[in-house]
Amino acid sequence: MTLLHLERVEAAYGAAQALFGVDLTVEEGEVLALMGRNGMGKSTTIRVICRLMKHSAGRVQFAGRDLSQVPPHVAARAGLGLVPEGRRVFGPLTVRENLIAAARQGPWDFAKVTALFPRLAEREGQVARHLSGGEQQMLAIGRALMTNPRLMLLDEATEGLAPVVRQEIWDALDAVRRETGLALVVVDKSLAELGRIADRATVLERGRSVWTGPMCDVAGDVANAYLGV
Amino acid sequence: MMLPERTLNIILFLALPLVAVIALALDEPFIITLATRAAILALAAVGLNLALGLGGLVSLGHAVFFGLGGYAMGILASHAQSFTPLDLGLFTLDGTKSMPIIWLVAVTVSAFAALLIGLLALRTAGVYFIMITLAFGQMFYYFTISWPAYGGEDGLSIYVRNSFPGLNTLDPIQFFALVFGVLAAVLWLMGRIERSSFGLALGSARQNAVRVETVGLSPFRLRLVAFVISGAVTGLAGALFADLNRFVSPTMFSWQMSGEFIVFIVLGGIGRLYGPVVGACLFVLLEHMLSGVSDFWLIYLGAVLLLVVLFARGGVIGALANGRGVHD
Repeated sequence: MTLLHLERVEAAYGAAQALFGVDLTVEEGEVLALMGRNGMGKSTTIRVICRLMKHSAGRVQFAGRDLSQVPPHVAARAGLGLVPEGRRVFGPLTVRENLIAAARQGPWDFAKVTALFPRLAEREGQVARHLSGGEQQMLAIGRALMTNPRLMLLDEATEGLAPVVRQEIWDALDAVRRETGLALVVVDKSLAELGRIADRATVLERGRSVWTGPMCDVAGDVANAYLGV
Repeated sequence: MMLPERTLNIILFLALPLVAVIALALDEPFIITLATRAAILALAAVGLNLALGLGGLVSLGHAVFFGLGGYAMGILASHAQSFTPLDLGLFTLDGTKSMPIIWLVAVTVSAFAALLIGLLALRTAGVYFIMITLAFGQMFYYFTISWPAYGGEDGLSIYVRNSFPGLNTLDPIQFFALVFGVLAAVLWLMGRIERSSFGLALGSARQNAVRVETVGLSPFRLRLVAFVISGAVTGLAGALFADLNRFVSPTMFSWQMSGEFIVFIVLGGIGRLYGPVVGACLFVLLEHMLSGVSDFWLIYLGAVLLLVVLFARGGVIGALANGRGVHD
């Protein structure tokens, strides 16, 4: 079943158009890598999906529901979980409070999230702004999981992190995907890591989706043409 | 010496009944009445603190709820006093001298008013929110001034304090105990709210509304619920204040009253659970001590407020306690 469907989506920041026609679909339980060089519209697409930005043309559907006129909190309640670029946890709250504030009924609860990221259990009472970058990222993912989404969107989830922490986060996402079948849309620059976790990829070039196919086909011509690899 | 905030809160909170008990021992009923006044004003500010401290909503119209609570008491008690039913158009209602019923009416009316005002005012933010809440306050203020049925500008006197089952409310210490019990119960409730997922989300919405929206929570609804609870608590304080003075007047609706509530919170510590209690006690103390020295005692209060804002951003509690408040 198609969970997310974008059709010829256009969006602009004031007079500056950023998306010129993005098409993508995500099936239930699928992991889609959203790829492209810097400034090609990946984060804008994520913002449009989560309704943090309105699109000017095209269609955004989630679980068969048109999201055009929906505010961000309604989109989130419909089952879209966002792990935003730059982590953006609730800095003054503790780890536990960050997770509780976002909690909604479902299989993901505090115990399950801390089992996925044991470091969060160790830092349970610590204020989020005093966590390391990697721990904040784990908390951002945990917070999104606590909303019990049907689709989680990760925008540069491992950017700026040490390799060992990146590995820990990729392992956790792989575990989430294998054990729960949660659908993911992942934006990241690491082709190798995306290759490990993603089923399909959509490549954006200057605000347009220019290629969609199996993740295993990205390496080679596609990567050379659009990703500068 | 800095104390943990929890310990300091307990000490400061118990200071109020201690003062009342000492005043009772010294046969100083006026001091008990002052402590009661401080507790009621603290209650009103505790209500506002949920909206202002936790929700970041600078309301200059909270006197509306304080006044509505006061007038709910005044109107019901005056009809009971004169044995005339209250004509509400579609039906009539007997007045009452029962405090629990009056409190229920005060809380309901204030909450409903907060809902209506919040639905409009919370669509704005910043200075516009302040102006809209101020405008509502002034509307109610001028309405009561031109409402001759209930005293107009002169206000409304109630000859005997209302009753509470099992207590002699005319006895200052018993009335103080009742008010202090209500304050303690509301503080307990506010503590629970602060630590609940609602309170955490409300505090987070104050810092970053978009971030809260991405986890499926509506900042508007969070703020509206906080505003309604806040208005209801302030309305309850208004009913108690009217009972303390056995008098209600349009000044309960004045913007100066709203300003005083904000001063209590700033003095004690914005967003700190016991901040409004400390602020209200300090205000009543300064008012009592300085108003005897000079008619211009508010100048000295202004100086104290200036010192707190400049040198103790966490208010008195922030200056004396370890740990950080939500606004520090």
